[in-house]
Amino acid sequence: MSKKKMKALFVYMGVGIVAILVILPFAWMLVSAFKSQRELFAYPPTFFPTEWKIENFIEAASRGSISFWQMFLNTMKIAVPSTVFNIIFSSLAGYAFARLRFPFRDTIFMCFIAAMMVPFAITLIPRFLLFKDLGFYDTYVPLIIPIMFGTPFSIFLTRQFFMTLPKELEEAAIVDGCSHVRIWAQIFMPLCKPIIATLSVFQFQSSYNDFMGPVIYIASDVKFTVQMGLSSFRNSFTSRYDLIMAGSILALIPVVILFICCQKYIVRGIAMSGLKG
Amino acid sequence: MKNKKNSRQGLTLKQKEAVTGYIFIALPLVSLIIMMYYPIIRSFFISFFDWNLLQEPTFTGIENYKTLFHDEVFRTSLVNTIKWVLIYVPMSVVSSFLLALLLDRKLKGAGFFRTLYYLPVVCPIVVVALLFVWIYNTDYGILNFLLKNLFGIEPVGWITDSRFSLFSIAVMSVWKWAGYNMLIFLSALQGIDENLYEAAAIDGITPWTKLIKIKIPLVMPSIYFVMLTAVIDAFQMFTEIFIMTKGGPGYSTYTVSYYLWSNAFEYSKMGYACAMAAVMFVIIMTVTLVQNRIMNKKVQYDA
Repeated sequence: MSKKKMKALFVYMGVGIVAILVILPFAWMLVSAFKSQRELFAYPPTFFPTEWKIENFIEAASRGSISFWQMFLNTMKIAVPSTVFNIIFSSLAGYAFARLRFPFRDTIFMCFIAAMMVPFAITLIPRFLLFKDLGFYDTYVPLIIPIMFGTPFSIFLTRQFFMTLPKELEEAAIVDGCSHVRIWAQIFMPLCKPIIATLSVFQFQSSYNDFMGPVIYIASDVKFTVQMGLSSFRNSFTSRYDLIMAGSILALIPVVILFICCQKYIVRGIAMSGLKG
Repeated sequence: MKNKKNSRQGLTLKQKEAVTGYIFIALPLVSLIIMMYYPIIRSFFISFFDWNLLQEPTFTGIENYKTLFHDEVFRTSLVNTIKWVLIYVPMSVVSSFLLALLLDRKLKGAGFFRTLYYLPVVCPIVVVALLFVWIYNTDYGILNFLLKNLFGIEPVGWITDSRFSLFSIAVMSVWKWAGYNMLIFLSALQGIDENLYEAAAIDGITPWTKLIKIKIPLVMPSIYFVMLTAVIDAFQMFTEIFIMTKGGPGYSTYTVSYYLWSNAFEYSKMGYACAMAAVMFVIIMTVTLVQNRIMNKKVQYDA
């Protein structure tokens, strides 16, 4: 075998071993979710279940304090408005910072950038007190409001993107007396579809995966999000790992679908989040 | 509407532009002030009070900070965070960098492997934590079974034994985040100028020298970025701990964030928790500044 082929073989072996290390835990989750309780704790353990219990999924979906579907809907009530409004407000601000001139523009922009470095713990308690005093404890408001009016990261990214667009783009429109809102809506937004997609996926994921937020603000179990419901599974069925794994898979399905559909945008998002460092 | 016609005169147009600008940023700015800057100031303010939410806050000066300084659990949480960084960062950086090196070539199916390695990154942390609780289970976990049958190692309480708990969570985190760090390294590696390699090939250098003298120095900014993120995340680590160990066994997996959360939301010690947040704020800012310094000094790659 030539030296080149040997090298390729080693590379594929390395890549393959890592792939197995990544897949194995997922595979274990999947087969555990289908096992009967007896088989789950059998010694020695079997890999494939002798009897595939689809009932586990039905039980996991219905046996929590509220149904899985309801938890999913609850999560959507947070994730969808957060994401949609975040994109609108962030890109408007991004447009202003990239294209309009006004006093203190760069100072204000720096205030947004500086906020990206602030650890969440420092704002956690005062925010909680503020929302509690306003009567928003045990509602979704505290989980949506801090995101929906634009976040520094989204504003930063849209601004950077708008800066790369040529000036000539809007000059003709301005001469024609076109308002900036129209330039933003009809010229800039259509051009930045890819970055909107990236930001949407990111924002949606971070709302869907958020755990600490709901833990702090949500008290009644009819309002549980998917992540909270899943965590409460562990308390209600302590050693029912069959149900916990089935529930985990249910929670994973939307994420995996989103990931497969929007892979391109997610990967681009990483490249961009790496840039900020 | 007259302004438009007079736009050539400049002034009104300029003012109009400024007004539009302020309108566009108005809500984000108000949100930033109420959700970020006001809480930061109020947090420092509350840290000088004793406040359990039921009674009126009483001013205690720097009492909270004094208590914090002598608080064994807080010290343990800080030590745990440092330990975590020392365990996690080398494992994570080395493994992700090796992965990136593996994939930084023309390889059939490279896209597929990249996607696969990225899958754990998009998984909700709650799901990953629950999965590893099951895998790490002392009596029925698959890990102990495999170790016993392949290497004859006796069962280990991965998250129930205080000697291993932090390490086990770190291993899980490496598994979860390797794909993310790999992508950052990969884009840095692919950004390296091909001419450098060609010049190196003419000089006839070995692959090893190429790695040490070209690749690692040029990827250094990304390595610093990954390290800085890891340190900051270490202070903020909460969900893993909440799901897997609740800080235990003993205080072996208490992190600063977890201790802060439990003081604020389990014991309602708002002032004390805010003092903790302030200390954390100072530490994170210091780490960021120091690391920026190092980066600006050491990383010279535009030669």
